[in-house]
Amino acid sequence: MIPLAKDNLTKADVQDKLKEIFSHYQGDKQELIPILQETQENFRYVPAAAMREIARFLRMPESTIYGVSTFYAQFKLTPLGKKLIRVCRGTACHVRGASKVLAEVEKQLGIKAGQTSDDLEYTLETVACIGACALAPTMTIDNETYGKMTTKKVAEVLGDTSKAE
Amino acid sequence: MTRAKPSNGNKERTIYVCQGTGCISGKSFEITEALKKAVKEQGLQGVNIDFTGCHGFCEQGPVAIVEPEGIFYAHVTVADVPEIVESHLRDGKPVERLFYKDPVSGEAIPYHKDIKFYSMQQRIVLRNCGRLNPERIEDYMAVGGYESLKKVLKEITPEQVIDEVKRSGLRGRGGAGFPTGTKWEFCHNAVGDQKYMICNADEGDPGAFMDRSTMEGDPHTVIEGMTIAAYAIGASEGYIYIRAEYPLAVKRVRLAIQQAEEKGFLGDKIQGSDFSLHIHVKEGAGAFVCGEETALLASIEGKRGMPRPRPPFPANSGLWGKPTTINNVKSLATVPVIIDKGTEWYASTGTEKSKGTCVFALTGKIANSGLIEVPMGIPLRKIIYEIGGGIPGNKKFKAVQTGGPSGGCLPESFLDQSVDYESLAAAGSMMGSGGMVVMDEETCMVDVARYFLSFTQAESCGKCVPCRIGTKQMLDILERICQGEGRPEDIPLLQQLGEQIKAGSLCGLGQTAPNPVLTTLRYFRDEYEAHINEKRCPALSCTKLISFYILPDKCQGCGICARECPTECIAGGKRMVHVIDQEKCVRCGTCLEVCPERFSAIIKVSAEEVDVPSEPIPVKEKPKAAAA
Repeated sequence: MIPLAKDNLTKADVQDKLKEIFSHYQGDKQELIPILQETQENFRYVPAAAMREIARFLRMPESTIYGVSTFYAQFKLTPLGKKLIRVCRGTACHVRGASKVLAEVEKQLGIKAGQTSDDLEYTLETVACIGACALAPTMTIDNETYGKMTTKKVAEVLGDTSKAE
Repeated sequence: MTRAKPSNGNKERTIYVCQGTGCISGKSFEITEALKKAVKEQGLQGVNIDFTGCHGFCEQGPVAIVEPEGIFYAHVTVADVPEIVESHLRDGKPVERLFYKDPVSGEAIPYHKDIKFYSMQQRIVLRNCGRLNPERIEDYMAVGGYESLKKVLKEITPEQVIDEVKRSGLRGRGGAGFPTGTKWEFCHNAVGDQKYMICNADEGDPGAFMDRSTMEGDPHTVIEGMTIAAYAIGASEGYIYIRAEYPLAVKRVRLAIQQAEEKGFLGDKIQGSDFSLHIHVKEGAGAFVCGEETALLASIEGKRGMPRPRPPFPANSGLWGKPTTINNVKSLATVPVIIDKGTEWYASTGTEKSKGTCVFALTGKIANSGLIEVPMGIPLRKIIYEIGGGIPGNKKFKAVQTGGPSGGCLPESFLDQSVDYESLAAAGSMMGSGGMVVMDEETCMVDVARYFLSFTQAESCGKCVPCRIGTKQMLDILERICQGEGRPEDIPLLQQLGEQIKAGSLCGLGQTAPNPVLTTLRYFRDEYEAHINEKRCPALSCTKLISFYILPDKCQGCGICARECPTECIAGGKRMVHVIDQEKCVRCGTCLEVCPERFSAIIKVSAEEVDVPSEPIPVKEKPKAAAA
């Protein structure tokens, strides 16, 4: 079982936001994934309280919502950091040294892949392929793509966003 | 060349900047803006700045083409903008230093049409990619877009469309190669009040990006093909299922749908006919298994994306139990061309059983990596050495991996094999979605097999036992081998497990997951044996099996390696021969990377002891001449 986050969101916060999200939908069961996507976009994760509200809205058991949320890699049950850093582990990136790039990013941020820094600044993930294989190895920070990475370039790329140390 | 905007004479020029995902990461948005600004500042008349989708030659990105001459610029930066504008766009003198350089001859090639990477291709699916502005439907219409749809609606019955596509020999480009026309026929003949047409754009294979590039570069062709398909099967609702990892493709497809609706190519009573189609975009949520058609259907329905046994096939019972056809992006992008140019024309390309062209994402250890489209049946050698420009750095070719995690690795002896569905399958690999990753002597084949298994194992949905547990077992064994803890019985065990998982899994993911292992066992067994019996990695790649040494007769004691070493395991001092503490070394290879080339004092070995001093010793003085 993947633990749910202990968060500071009040029930009212979640309800207000979700009310707005629900206004874009009819309440059909097929809308679950788009609703979860919008929820995630708003809160940067899927709060436990939101699952309850979605279950009510779609008239489905909460366990189904939980099941779907944990099935897809996109949905997070704990808050993401302000910056989402993804290192591509696609085949082309792998043969061109993605693991070294990942190790360097892990070293510089002091967190492992799949973790979020304690100050909620960064979340580091690996991704199966971002489809920019000709530029391998690649990484992304939020929606920016950085190609032809080297361990040396990591500091430079992270420097764009990193807090002063 | 067919361009969306024909230029009149030599006076008017258009510079098309590529805005595919690859070139955007090279700041092509900024380049476009800088060009616009510079042209305005110079007050140039008759110069247009426009953008296109992916040109396919991402390696050379950001790229730009100046028409009507067809001058191709590679590796453009914002700093190059003033020179392009002043020299080329104003004075008509192209900027030579930005020309593409042939990786073999080193020669600078000014014209797009002369670059081997392009000239040896035959583009059908990608015919418009990089040639028109994907965000303007008028550009697509100017090159004959939506004419096939009009023709179909006006004069061809659904049965005739199916017959045409059947006769063209088009086979599913998603990987399995099922005849597209036959698939449509099943759905057309199925009984149901509502039918669905789905475009599978959940391109999950690592190392493949042609569907992304097609949607980013020419979204209307996908929509036109999909609309024709929907007409043939009798569907009035359609879904395009796109990976959420492709935000630009999602954006451009959404825009294209909106434009097509405005022009009456989508929606109710299309072009005044009785046929209506509404297309919706569904974003995937990050699950590789959703590329499998029954899992994709479950995902659209809002459920966990798990496959189910077939039959019933989606043609009879698909989305919400209704007859459904699911086609890949490339299959659909081919349809308008078949209708336009005819089945004979299409079927004249390719081999007897594999017609037309195939699109590959050529990546890995290759000089010209990018997206290519070639006739079926082309020999691998031609793709790798002529279009791809060979292996960079004078390294030796080792293998080519096709079909992503479902495919296999083929050795040098297959270089003269023809590339088509049948011959790839006979070699134990598959066409798959078209990833083609080239590997050189530095790539460890056991590690590649381990890599793919780690991917499929993580992506296994967990529904059936052979896939869920079998891939985990195989991965454990491969990890053990890469760590130097392999056992002699591991090879037959991997073989046996692989065959059982293939036979026993529910869907395509499990049925093909062992392929990378089985093919490497077949063609590169010696590498497995070296790992297991000699604890040696012949490619010098598996960290646990390699060591780094500093050669005392080459080290000049500059100290760079010691400074850069992340674990501080290199001892030395000024003008002292440095020594690596093998116990503390984590084999990251930083020292080898930073050691100045003129010294080249660090070597990487596997299962070999190198005679080096145990403590730093003074550097041997060299004759004066060498000091410079």
